[in-house]
Amino acid sequence: METKNIMIVGVGGQGTLLASKLLGRLLLGKGFDVKVSEVHGMSQRGGSVVTYVRWGDRVCSPIIDKGQADCILSFELLEAARYTEFLKPGGRIIVNSQQINPMPVIAGMAAYPEKLEEKMSALGIQVDAFDALSLAEEAGSSKAVNLVLMGRLAKHFDFTDEEWMDAIEHSVPPKFLELNKKAFELGRSA
Amino acid sequence: MKTLMLGNEAVARGLYEGGCSFVSSYPGTPSTEITECAAKYEELYAEWAPNEKVALEAAFGASLSGRRSFCAMKHVGLNVAADPLFTISYTGVNAGLVIGVADDAGMHSSQNEQDSRHYAQASKIPMLEPSDSAEALAFAKLAYELSEQFDTVVLLKMCTRVSHSQSVVEPGERVLPARKKYVKDPGKYIMMPANAKKRHPEVEARTKALTVWAETADINRIEEGGDRSCGIITSSTCYQYVKETFGDTYPVLKLGMIWPMPEQRIRDFAATVERLVVVEELDGFIEAHCRSLGLAVSGKDLFPDIGELSQNLVKEKLGGNVQAGAALEEAIPARPPVMCAGCPHRSIFYVLKKMNLTVLGDIGCYTLGAVQPLGAIDTTICMGASVSGLHGFVKAGEEENAGRTVAVIGDSTFIHSGVTGLINIAYNESNATVIILDNSITGMTGHQQNPTTGYNLKGDPCTKIDLESLCHAVGIKRVRVVDPYDMEACQTVIGEELAAKEPSVIISRRPCALLKYVKHPGPICSDPEKCKGCKACMRIGCPAISMVDGKAKIDATLCVGCGVCEQLCKFDALG
Repeated sequence: METKNIMIVGVGGQGTLLASKLLGRLLLGKGFDVKVSEVHGMSQRGGSVVTYVRWGDRVCSPIIDKGQADCILSFELLEAARYTEFLKPGGRIIVNSQQINPMPVIAGMAAYPEKLEEKMSALGIQVDAFDALSLAEEAGSSKAVNLVLMGRLAKHFDFTDEEWMDAIEHSVPPKFLELNKKAFELGRSA
Repeated sequence: MKTLMLGNEAVARGLYEGGCSFVSSYPGTPSTEITECAAKYEELYAEWAPNEKVALEAAFGASLSGRRSFCAMKHVGLNVAADPLFTISYTGVNAGLVIGVADDAGMHSSQNEQDSRHYAQASKIPMLEPSDSAEALAFAKLAYELSEQFDTVVLLKMCTRVSHSQSVVEPGERVLPARKKYVKDPGKYIMMPANAKKRHPEVEARTKALTVWAETADINRIEEGGDRSCGIITSSTCYQYVKETFGDTYPVLKLGMIWPMPEQRIRDFAATVERLVVVEELDGFIEAHCRSLGLAVSGKDLFPDIGELSQNLVKEKLGGNVQAGAALEEAIPARPPVMCAGCPHRSIFYVLKKMNLTVLGDIGCYTLGAVQPLGAIDTTICMGASVSGLHGFVKAGEEENAGRTVAVIGDSTFIHSGVTGLINIAYNESNATVIILDNSITGMTGHQQNPTTGYNLKGDPCTKIDLESLCHAVGIKRVRVVDPYDMEACQTVIGEELAAKEPSVIISRRPCALLKYVKHPGPICSDPEKCKGCKACMRIGCPAISMVDGKAKIDATLCVGCGVCEQLCKFDALG
């Protein structure tokens, strides 16, 4: 099969690494060759963060380049807009519509662009924007945005319930398992 | 059983399986997780050392004692450890000794993008370069075999994309070799001139022997390709970009050992292809070797020597077409890293800026004090340079600089190499004011313990270095402690110490806001009735505060209630 590519993007501290850990486990369990590339260190401090998840028969490069992503899973609206160039033609963006102002906006040196969802759609991108933060809070914690987004992602990929649940159980602390499962379900049924 | 492992985790697994018993490192992105993962194996002793030089010397001592040992560092850490490195090259080892060094092309989290491969050549030490996690594990084990077979320390070179990518590995069992006996051997281990002169020829002979090994080693392999119009020599993550782009189209010579390089194998490979191309990140290191063999080769005439390569770049430079996706027309505001909400560094930088001081900075989270709107830092060079630099700045600048310049340095960085600068300040009597930003952890690399925290790498309580006593002991009489959240007090103390006619240290003490044991009061509220929209609270660059419809608004998901912005509000609108 052709290698599949998902970019997980967001703001440092939003929990993007857990999402990639979960996906990685699921995909390896299905017998794929998998590579997951993360960035640690300084950019984690509230900066723009990117994780690449790739799977297929043989995956060589650990990164996704421009024009190669099947899907961008974004934890924040502006971050989705930042990486549209990485999408394949007809690629999809699943995005938490939450807006987090970056420092240049907070400091009044730049403006947060308006109507990003419409503008991205106008580029021919399939944009699936929804309020994942509210659903996460409904599940019990604003920190469960990652599982809400995973649930939404699940709608677009042909993995079984058992496969998802196994990956979730092995990726989150037992104490928060039920909360995370609920967040996943809320994302999937939203 | 197959599992996904981060490259760094795979190195740690390789250390475990390869019978390593002793690990001493200093944290540094992207190398940090090697040591953190190694510490999870009970059979391995692992520690954070105060700096990379100490770590390497400790690892050498462990090797001397007869146990396989290891130390990890980032590329700039190898500069710190370079002193023992060049001489350990002469002594060789007793039990195997491996150094993991992780480069950061693209400078994701570094102050430069030096190419560590030059160290291998300069110090005459073999360097292995894995291209994914499976190789990271295998090469770590192989490094011990080579280390003992050729009596040499071995460099295991990682890079951000190999260190921080997860790929598939199959873990094996640990094989612990019997402890080697330490035998006194002055000619080998005492590097005084007479002995070193005898050892140097051994080093040159060793490199020749390793070159012979490199000619037939499996890790320097030729992968056949159908199209011989081009042949590619590559290594590390660049190998993955080449295979991603061209699959089995062109023949590839994949080098797993980057120093010393084979000669005949490269010549033979070159002879089978019409055009020889080297694909490598940063400097033209392999390319220079090919040129030294008299081969016509392309490399840095095609590829940049700045930043990372990628599959698109490889394709584009070798004649392929690359199509990016659609981009929005309008500019997307950058999202640079920022100090976290509640970060104890923020307020001290606000005070320093308000006092209009020259601030010599250092390496850590607090480097973010350079970012607007704080913009409070004048220099950032390397670990410890703030303190040593301040001495020169004040001595040479005389009265003009003494009363209006400070150094800022974190607790871990101070122990790493700030304390030696402070000794110089005390000894040579400069009227310097050093601020130690003591947040009780090594922050930027992800919360590692250090000698000032009272806990070791394994999380067990241990001896805690008392910073006040340390400063007093090296000869600083004026040592003050402030709470950075109390900005008025900070300004008073900084003013007093700058006015004092002798060196002083101010310890700005409050633990990192992200530490789990730190209890926060919880988010504050803004009162839109009272807020006049003066934006005074915006001057501290807190990510939890923004202006909405001309009024300050607090993001309750980020705010921890540190109270710093409250001190700036003249209208009592925050609280």
